[in-house]
Amino acid sequence: MIKKYLALITLMCTLTLSAQDYFPKNDGVVANNTNYTAFTNAKIFVTPTQIIENGTLLIKDGKVVSTGTSVTIPKNSNVIDVLGKSIYPSFIDMYSDFGIEKPKRQSGRSRSAQYDATRTGYYWNDHVMPENNAMDKFDFDTKSAKDFLNAGFGVVNTHIQDGIVRGTGLLVALNSKDGNEMRVLDPNSAQYLSFSKSVLSNQSYPGSIMGSMALLRQMYLDADWYSKGNSKTKDLSLEALNKNKGLVQIFEAGSRANDLRADKVGDESNVQYVILGGGDEYERIDNIKASNASFILPINFPDAYDVEDSFLSSVLSLGDMRAWNQKPSNPKVFADNNINFAFTTHDLKSPKEFKSNLMKAIKYGLSKEKALEALTTMPAQLLGKSNMIGSLKNGSYANFLITSGDVFDEKTTLYENWVQGRQTILEDMNTKDIRGDYEFNLAGETFKLSLKGELSKLKSEITSDEKTRGSKVSYSNDWVNIAMTTVDSTKQEFIRIVANTFQDNSLNGKATFPSGNEVSFFAKKQEKANESEDGKDKKNDKDDKTVTVLPVTYPNVAYGFKELPKPETLLFKNATVWTNEEDGILENTDVLIKNGKIDKIGQGLSALSATIIDASGKHLTAGIIDEHSHIAASSINEGGQNSSAEVSIEDVIDDTAISIYRDLAGGVTSVQILHGSANPIGGRSAIIKLKWGESAENLIYKNSPKYIKFALGENVKQSNWGDIERVRFPQTRMGVEQLYVDYFTRAKEYDIVKKSGKPYRKDIELDVLAEILNKERFISCHSYVQSEINMLMKVADQFNFNINTFTHILEGYKVADKMKAHGVGASTFSDWWAYKFEVNDAIPYNAAIMHNVGIVTAINSDDAEMSRRLNQEAAKAVKYGGVSEEDAWKMVTLNPAKLLHLDNRVGSIKVGKDADVVLWNGHPLSVYSKAEKTIIEGVTYFDLNRDSEAREQIKEEKSELINMMLQEKNKGLKTQPIKKKEKELMTCDTIDQTN
Amino acid sequence: MKYLKIKVLILVMLCSSIAMPQQTPANKQTKDIAIMGGTAHIGNGTVIENSIIVISDGKIKTIGNADTTPITLQAMDVIDAKGKDVYPGFIATNTSLGLIEVDAVRASSDKSEIGGLIPNVRSQIAYNAESKVVESMRPNGVLIAQVAPGGGRIAGKSSIMQLDAWNWEDATIKANDGIHLNWPSSFSRGRRWLGEPSGLKPNSDYADQIKEVADFISESKAYLNGNRAVKNLLFLAMEGLFNGTENLYIHVDDEKGITDAVNFAKANDIKNMVVIGGYHAFKVANLLKNNNIPVLLTDTHELPSLEDDDYDLPYKNPKLLADAGVLVGIQNGEPANFQTRNLPFYAGQVVGQGMDKEEALKLITSNTAKILGIDKQLGTLETGKDATLFISEGDALDMRTNKLTHAFINGREISLETHQTELWKRYSDKYKNQ
Repeated sequence: MIKKYLALITLMCTLTLSAQDYFPKNDGVVANNTNYTAFTNAKIFVTPTQIIENGTLLIKDGKVVSTGTSVTIPKNSNVIDVLGKSIYPSFIDMYSDFGIEKPKRQSGRSRSAQYDATRTGYYWNDHVMPENNAMDKFDFDTKSAKDFLNAGFGVVNTHIQDGIVRGTGLLVALNSKDGNEMRVLDPNSAQYLSFSKSVLSNQSYPGSIMGSMALLRQMYLDADWYSKGNSKTKDLSLEALNKNKGLVQIFEAGSRANDLRADKVGDESNVQYVILGGGDEYERIDNIKASNASFILPINFPDAYDVEDSFLSSVLSLGDMRAWNQKPSNPKVFADNNINFAFTTHDLKSPKEFKSNLMKAIKYGLSKEKALEALTTMPAQLLGKSNMIGSLKNGSYANFLITSGDVFDEKTTLYENWVQGRQTILEDMNTKDIRGDYEFNLAGETFKLSLKGELSKLKSEITSDEKTRGSKVSYSNDWVNIAMTTVDSTKQEFIRIVANTFQDNSLNGKATFPSGNEVSFFAKKQEKANESEDGKDKKNDKDDKTVTVLPVTYPNVAYGFKELPKPETLLFKNATVWTNEEDGILENTDVLIKNGKIDKIGQGLSALSATIIDASGKHLTAGIIDEHSHIAASSINEGGQNSSAEVSIEDVIDDTAISIYRDLAGGVTSVQILHGSANPIGGRSAIIKLKWGESAENLIYKNSPKYIKFALGENVKQSNWGDIERVRFPQTRMGVEQLYVDYFTRAKEYDIVKKSGKPYRKDIELDVLAEILNKERFISCHSYVQSEINMLMKVADQFNFNINTFTHILEGYKVADKMKAHGVGASTFSDWWAYKFEVNDAIPYNAAIMHNVGIVTAINSDDAEMSRRLNQEAAKAVKYGGVSEEDAWKMVTLNPAKLLHLDNRVGSIKVGKDADVVLWNGHPLSVYSKAEKTIIEGVTYFDLNRDSEAREQIKEEKSELINMMLQEKNKGLKTQPIKKKEKELMTCDTIDQTN
Repeated sequence: MKYLKIKVLILVMLCSSIAMPQQTPANKQTKDIAIMGGTAHIGNGTVIENSIIVISDGKIKTIGNADTTPITLQAMDVIDAKGKDVYPGFIATNTSLGLIEVDAVRASSDKSEIGGLIPNVRSQIAYNAESKVVESMRPNGVLIAQVAPGGGRIAGKSSIMQLDAWNWEDATIKANDGIHLNWPSSFSRGRRWLGEPSGLKPNSDYADQIKEVADFISESKAYLNGNRAVKNLLFLAMEGLFNGTENLYIHVDDEKGITDAVNFAKANDIKNMVVIGGYHAFKVANLLKNNNIPVLLTDTHELPSLEDDDYDLPYKNPKLLADAGVLVGIQNGEPANFQTRNLPFYAGQVVGQGMDKEEALKLITSNTAKILGIDKQLGTLETGKDATLFISEGDALDMRTNKLTHAFINGREISLETHQTELWKRYSDKYKNQ
């Protein structure tokens, strides 16, 4: 009865609300409905913290009029008694593409790279599209809306999920009954950004995350410059960007590392993004908190891996296994740290998976209050729409849920989801709960009937004499229909039962036999059975509540530290000390390390409170420095243009890279992470210390000299990229020279204008090149053959600066005299050659010849494997060309420090320098020796003993996790197939695949 | 001092290059040679201090302690090796030497043929005896190499070559020593064009891929049992596996794959199976030992293949297998084959992990000779074996001290010059004269 009544209300609402005042009406009379609807006797969550017991919610015209315990209900109210039920504000998803068709990659695209934009009148990069408006593409999707409504959502924010700058999105109520005139709450509710390129354009740039970051920075600068009327031409993108400036800016970052990268770009450009996270933020929550950003969190927690096959599961990394265990605790960690966050269904296959994941987050310690906040008030607040949505305060939209109880309880039924005063029935709340065990008699036989499952999808089980009969049940509108098989199982015959539920605790009706005979039917509910089921449930609950979240380590992978190690006072006794200074190699010498510095060198040293390390028979050296490395970065090349001076490797340090730890085990303490060699003017370097466990930011040297990578030869002219790559200038060494002359000429002109004080368009790329001209930035140039080496020195001469380092420099020995005259240093391979055409004349005597001519010569790796054996590579300079052992050792320590202008801090054992030292169990140049301890600034980051303990711990922790995953599978929960972790090892030639 | 030493060295090099032009293969031994006073590392785990080695007609005629072995040095060339070390020539396995000259230049590569199951394809005849990369092996002591093809499931046949010859025919020590089978991987990459995620996932075609090889073997056997009236090159090429004249080299790294491969070889009557790669072979060492299956391990200068692995697993891997009683050698299958000259240091690396130096030496001498089936003539410094050996100023397994002064292949004293030493001299002279 009540239901029919409600339907009537709905119908009346339709008549009033959908008709706009000034629209003509041709299908009837204009009938205004000024009635109220009152929901009484409910537990009302006005906000997550303001809860009214036994209260009334009064709504009118799709909005909340009032809530409270003493609401005066006007006479023209439809009163709905919801005694014992709860009312919550319906949920908000602020990150979706609801109603927007997913942009599709164009088929039949050209195979060769495209370097220029396809559009005119817009920004120079196709992936920047602030002019896009999701409203133009919006088409209300009733089917998808239903999924959202079922999951409890009432309002979603939607946008075109494509490109780096994606334009504006809209905020829409999931009101299927009215048109856009009602449900579009804000057609420009936010502007969206990401690091990912558009699928609609093939433009190469940016080809890496660091490129995306650089592009965004330049775009903001250009927008500012444009807004001041400086541009002679029209740029609709920049105009739109400036127009959207006042909107909420939402950035799809998608991982802890990218969250911080996005925030960094925002901070530099005076924009505070609301960041879509990735779920791994708990790994370094302090950094996340320090960003001061608010977050949108997906809750697609990973399924357990299917670890039954122990062969396959042996490839799982501890990091991946931990992620399964730890990720569900991410929201709790956010809450504990008071970081603002909202939830989204983004990354879930369907909103249907939302509740189970949310329940998991709660099981892992998230409070229900915070959960509700993250679904209601927080997204409303982040969108600046708190007055409109997210709560049931007076004047808010009447967007609410009616539930059987606690909305975050598994057993709770979600009855109705009202949006803008429009009702959607998910489960008939007036349906009697008829679940339970019954007994009935038919034709002298006694049957047991058990009804269970969800009310809308009831399941039946019928037994007689302990034998189960086949049966099927349906239940709606107070009537139950059951079909059960007869005792003769050889025949396909059914007894049909139809019964009503008007009388409590019984089913009344009739049964029809296969013969057509009808008899009356009466089933009585049994009380006892219920209790035992409850008891069973409680037991399950208890099982579920014991959740173990394994502790995070720094970094959160194998061999990470439980707590970051601290600097110690260390006294090495009786070591053979390779000072790299005038003292040469000192036998039986003590070295004291204090406050992160080399404090004393001598014999018979003592120091209170110092940890004594017996180094008799062992060798103590300065830490190895790798001038040319590509470890610990999440991208290496920005090859989308022939110059990428605007990008910086400092933006993309990966503090979880196991290569850091492996390098430490090889006695390496510092590395320069160079940009790759995909283009003649590469990106800026990051010079890092291998402080395993520290965050990306803390790995980078403070106040280090500035460097940029240049490259020459086959790589920059794309010789080995396949025959299709013939469109990017330069394709020859002739072109490479002209490119440099062109860029430096422009940089010079730019710098003159900049220094003159006249207004100018700030260009990050030219700023960096001007730094080179002003001798504020050093070049490390990838080089092979003598012609190109000579050429670049002449270009530098022409612009009155010096090349600092030629790296690789395999034909350096052919022009060593010219290099010496120019004053450039060399950083080379010990013995690599023959891997491509331009290294045909590479010889292992190269280092010796350059060294003998008087060039500062280093030996580098460009390779994560070789990097951890650079001591052996130095020994090859002894073998090939007869360099003295002491000088050979400097080639991997002091000389690279000199090339990096860090020799005042590192590279030798000298009082006052950083305590970056390695204790070797034998002669450091010997293939037989290994590093026992690797120390940076007095902190022991690698220790052989700790390493062997860690191996045991890794084994134990993996066993524990495998056990937990097997339990999960046994419970019948979903699993995912084993994934073999691949961390791409980068070299000069690595092109970013992620973008 | 430093410069003086270099000058002397240069002088030595200049002389030798006049006497023996670079890259010209040495002539047949005509006069007996005695190497006196060196520390002889036999290659079987033993050492003879103050040794004497007499080379006659390309063979080791005598080897023993100089004090106790009576020799008449008349009519012999005598080489004073006091304070130096003498080793059997190092044997590199599973290489692409002579098949690839410059890795990035497609025209210079003959490593991989198409076809999938092609046991009839032979590396021997594509071997470039005049490769600059090949000659660069010798100054480090690498004098012998197995040259192996690399494409498809069954890649073809390898051959064993000595590295000082006018042509492939002269270079051949053993033609067609075995067939190379690339075992199916347990993991395969998702096919992105079919909408699968791109990472590595369990290979769902694994069983089918093994069956394809098993079927091929069955067909081969059936054919070989018949009258062979119609020639089938593919099936004929398989015969050596069943009569034991050729090894089956199975390239496989993972625990399950190795186990499956061992059972596969047994089930298919393969007489001699060798594991190449064998990263996780230590996990099934007992199985390998019990079935007498040797392993040619990937070189030690590699990164651990899994993130959580011991950082030094590749370093100690040969020791793990040797300790478990498995016959093990070291190989380097990289297309960047210039690295093969670092073979001695791959072995030296294991010493740092606690293996005895002479045991480590076996990894690149006697063990590999046994595995390749050339141990009757090569792999150790023993009477009657080929005089393929060299003298180093110091410990040849350590880059600090590996400096060759003489090297012999079948008693022929070969040049230690290369394209690289020539450039070294040319440019050193340039700056010396400035």
